[in-house]
Amino acid sequence: MMMQAYLIQSVNLFASALLLLSFAMLSQRRILSLIHLFTLQGAALVAATVVVAYVTNQHHLYYSAAITLVTKVIVIPILLHRLIDRLNVKWDVETLINIPTTMLLGILLVVFAFNLALPIAKLSSSIVHSTLGIALACVLLSFMMMITRAKAVPQVIGFLSMENGLFFAATAATYGMPMVVEFGIAFDVLVGMFILGVFMFQIREQFDSLDIRHLEKLKED
Amino acid sequence: MSWSGVFSQLLEIVAALLLAPLLTGWVNQCRAWLQNKSAPSLLLQYQMLRKLFHKESVVAEHASPLFRIAPYIVFGCMALASGIIPTLSIDLPLSPAADAIALVGLFAFARVFISLAAMDIGTAFGSLGARREMLIGFLAEPALLMVLFSASLITQSTSLTSVIETLAHREFVIYPSLAFAGVAFTLVSLAENARVPVDNPSTHLELTMIHEAMILEYSGRHLALIEWAASLKLFAYSCIGLTLFFPWGLAEVGSPGEMILALPVLVLKLAIGGALLALIEAVSAKMRIFRVPEFLATAFMLAVIGMLVHFLLG
Repeated sequence: MMMQAYLIQSVNLFASALLLLSFAMLSQRRILSLIHLFTLQGAALVAATVVVAYVTNQHHLYYSAAITLVTKVIVIPILLHRLIDRLNVKWDVETLINIPTTMLLGILLVVFAFNLALPIAKLSSSIVHSTLGIALACVLLSFMMMITRAKAVPQVIGFLSMENGLFFAATAATYGMPMVVEFGIAFDVLVGMFILGVFMFQIREQFDSLDIRHLEKLKED
Repeated sequence: MSWSGVFSQLLEIVAALLLAPLLTGWVNQCRAWLQNKSAPSLLLQYQMLRKLFHKESVVAEHASPLFRIAPYIVFGCMALASGIIPTLSIDLPLSPAADAIALVGLFAFARVFISLAAMDIGTAFGSLGARREMLIGFLAEPALLMVLFSASLITQSTSLTSVIETLAHREFVIYPSLAFAGVAFTLVSLAENARVPVDNPSTHLELTMIHEAMILEYSGRHLALIEWAASLKLFAYSCIGLTLFFPWGLAEVGSPGEMILALPVLVLKLAIGGALLALIEAVSAKMRIFRVPEFLATAFMLAVIGMLVHFLLG
């Protein structure tokens, strides 16, 4: 019983690590560090899922943890590393709003998400239902990262990190989604990654930069 | 108040006064090792203090009395702070005198005086250092308060001793909010103690320096007191961190015998903490001064998130 209490607390700790890493990504200027943080976030998600699987004795959660490990911690980071090597972008990340403001907006989003999740979490019978607020906050923060970044690569990382948040929300509220759905999402994310990669090469070829603000122009000047 | 209480309080302050230069020496030594340099002696700080106390103190012509008394005030504040913080024992006569908020106020008081003294002479370096110090201070203080509050939320008290007593005695529970507070506290203490990502403690006469720019005009016993106070501040911050996040091994009753038993534990914890500090300093580069507000905003935000997480997860 004692052991179980510690395990549930450690799920809370991993959930907090997820949120902490979301914030670290929001404040990060370098693309290379952004990829490292994304990998760490994936690892925290895997750890949280494994602990939930062990506590609740749900075997299918082990499989979904394994899928997350392969896609989020191994394959996608390698793809991202190769992508930024090819595109030769390692350092500069331009933000549309400066970083301290983004952080303050981030706090507001966290308060909003926590409040929003409280009544929903009460409906859930899961042992880790209180972490639903954290999962929701991660989703919103990644969403904001996609909005505030001007370059394409950080936006893709924001998209992937949003998927991490959604995955954790599913684990926290209902012990994960059905296996078929999870396979589908993992496959979608991988394919999306490839398509976005090709898309980025196209953007750069067309505009000589990865700044997606160029896409807003309809005509050639 | 019993004689034993007075004695244990004195023991605590004396231990702080003696251990603080040793901690600074240890951090410098670790840093030199990590940078592949031959390390200075562990006792170099004591030798420097002795040398400075023997030297004549030269004061600028236009200095006001404020300039002369500032080192004593700063040293007094830091010595009092290390008497309030439960470094060796939880049960101290002085500790009910000030809670976490008053402690932050005490650090702020010392900062105001050192900045005023730096501006008193009217040199360019002094005013520059004082302005930068105030910039860092006003951003670091709220973050430090939030860190202490997130620990207080767990135990429903702002008194440091009762916070630590509860944390140490309750059965072991993982608090996610303390993880946030721990990261935030590390950032704040790097900024407050003029450590590498924010300020470089080993430079003199560079445009990037902050703390050293303020004390440039001091010499002799005044400089010795200020250097000693800086060591005491590092010691006090390390002890706040160690007692909040690793609250084991403190003496529970303020008897001198138990406190002497707690001393090796404290020294061990400080040795590990100092080595980690040197590691952080060795792997990070000094950031631009205009990045510092961002650095401290991150610390503040992490501490606030810690409190929010506490409300969510309990």
